[in-house]
Amino acid sequence: MAGQLINDFKNGLWQENPIFRLVIGMCPTLAVTNTTENGLAMGIATLFVLLSSEIVISTIKKLIPSNVRIPSYILIIATFVTFVDYFLKAFFPSIAASLSLFVPLIVVNCLILGRQEAFASKNPVHRSIADALGMGLGFTWALTLLGAIREFLGMGSIFGLQILGAWYKPMIIMVLPAGAFISLGILVGIMNIISREG
Amino acid sequence: MEQFSQVLLLFVSTVLINNFILVRFLGICPFLGVSKQVETAFSMGLATTFVMTLTAASTWLINTFILEAFNLPFLQYVSFIIVIASLVQFVEMFIRKTSPVLYKALGIFLPLITTNCAILGLALLIPLNGYNFISSVVFGFGAGVGFTLAIVLMAGLREGLQFGDVPESLKGVPITLIIAGIMAMAFMGFSGLISM
Repeated sequence: MAGQLINDFKNGLWQENPIFRLVIGMCPTLAVTNTTENGLAMGIATLFVLLSSEIVISTIKKLIPSNVRIPSYILIIATFVTFVDYFLKAFFPSIAASLSLFVPLIVVNCLILGRQEAFASKNPVHRSIADALGMGLGFTWALTLLGAIREFLGMGSIFGLQILGAWYKPMIIMVLPAGAFISLGILVGIMNIISREG
Repeated sequence: MEQFSQVLLLFVSTVLINNFILVRFLGICPFLGVSKQVETAFSMGLATTFVMTLTAASTWLINTFILEAFNLPFLQYVSFIIVIASLVQFVEMFIRKTSPVLYKALGIFLPLITTNCAILGLALLIPLNGYNFISSVVFGFGAGVGFTLAIVLMAGLREGLQFGDVPESLKGVPITLIIAGIMAMAFMGFSGLISM
């Protein structure tokens, strides 16, 4: 019982990591990871929406007719996303401004809809919570890592703290769109090597 | 005439300078998933352009005459996603009735468009930029053309790559991302073409 929950939780962290292994939810991954802080904030926002919607959907899964399930899931997700959006705008206006469009776009993040369809609609609530936490944290650490790499190379800082001195000539390309594609591509390649040898 | 050139500039800047995929990061999922062959990539681009143009028109109308008129901005996300989902469904039924050939070509790509974040992103960008009706439709069409351009270019490159010697761990998604990065650099050359 407990072992199964731990497996559900660990699954998203590495084995089926949404970014590095399943390669889903790419739009926010590439767009908001220009700084570590943005990556972390996006990860937490997604984690919250994923967790709340998995709880609701696995609770009421028997009430949703199967041929309108996808629109119903999207409506539930959109409600939580609106909640997160207003919360961020009220309490963290600077983060809300830098994430801008990508907070509402959590609605169409394939990761969230995918987990409802693949997991929450088939499993009991406690297992769905474990799955949502694992997947959400897996998404968060991947985004934070990518954000840290790009911020470090592109500005010489992490979480806004200057680490490299004035001698370092920042690679501006890393914080621009092109750098996002290239660094994620190389990172996924490295993860492939690690998991093949492991 | 003044207005015409404005609209033309908006179109060019949406297609090339603020390309939805390579600059705004919208619609990456189909860009990575459906870019193995030029032919299917083109069909996907066509379907997306079609839905984008209609979405731009209908969400502008809903936003202006319902959401803003009755002061309901908090319903924006929920209502836009419903509009997009039903629009995609409607387009699918319409094409199936009128043009079975086109329906066969677009096939499975139509339902997938609902969860393409480029569509919802487009719907949300229109009120944010404060476009009028004509500009919104042009913006939607331009976004679709830009999407088609990027996805077809990528499919062409990937077809050529089949004969390339790619390192084992970079096969598939990683090499596609790296190519997209190089394409994004090329598209950076367009910035500064028009100042808007």
